[in-house]
Amino acid sequence: MQTDPSLTVPELADLAGVSAGQASRRLDRMIADGVITGQTAVVDWAALGFPLQVSLRVTLDKTVPGAFDAFLAAARDVAEVLEIQTFLGRVDVRLSLVARDLAHYQLLYRDRILALPHIADIEALMDVAAIKSDESLPL
Amino acid sequence: MNLDDIDRTLLRLLVADASQSASALGRKLNLSQPATWRRVKRLQEGGVLVGRRLLLNAEKLGFGVTVFLGIKLATKGRVSLEDFERAVGAIPEVQVVTHVLGLYDYRLRVVARDLADFERVLRRRIMTLPGVGTVEANVMLSEERRPGPL
Repeated sequence: MQTDPSLTVPELADLAGVSAGQASRRLDRMIADGVITGQTAVVDWAALGFPLQVSLRVTLDKTVPGAFDAFLAAARDVAEVLEIQTFLGRVDVRLSLVARDLAHYQLLYRDRILALPHIADIEALMDVAAIKSDESLPL
Repeated sequence: MNLDDIDRTLLRLLVADASQSASALGRKLNLSQPATWRRVKRLQEGGVLVGRRLLLNAEKLGFGVTVFLGIKLATKGRVSLEDFERAVGAIPEVQVVTHVLGLYDYRLRVVARDLADFERVLRRRIMTLPGVGTVEANVMLSEERRPGPL
């Protein structure tokens, strides 16, 4: 199912070597247990006119109480942000954002990103190519 | 590709739940099932909708740790990037590999059962890759995905 979520229950049952009833019961149980939480559509942002993807590594000013929550809340308001991760390590937060071109990115960076609260330091890395992106788990 | 507001809403609905049928989507959009299906088809043919991904709870499946690695190659030019990319892409615990421009050459997203398991993956699999130089690890604490500019 990780490889192809569009497979039907009879197809999955066939591949797993069980009956359709057994496959269906197992799927229902994994959904009920929260192991399978859903399916998402994969969107190609370049095809939508956003060919630029930039990863921003942010260090926050942790001397300010509530810096994380305030930063995350404000980052959610930036429409171009696709992913927000928080970390234990050198980086506090990573934002992944898309832009139409370099001029649009510069505008976003100056007007929206640098305006986010409590930033102590920020580094930008531009995505050049996705080598592997299926995000599957090694089951 | 040019999209209207209905296309954008349709994309948002599919990002939230890609398993919905065309008729279920159509009801939310006030469109007939065939009209909805034609729009989905157009988004697929236009290369906007490229597939579906199953959402799994990694922790419930025993993968308690996700780490982002920044990797800088030590021997650029001598070792071909293809060698590195082929080898890193074949590691099952490596979920995402992105070639980046900036402080690092590659960003990796790695899952492991726990920190001890991550250390095993790092030592045996990552550090032994052809051309690897410096590696920076950040352990993920939380993650959210946003719908993006739709």
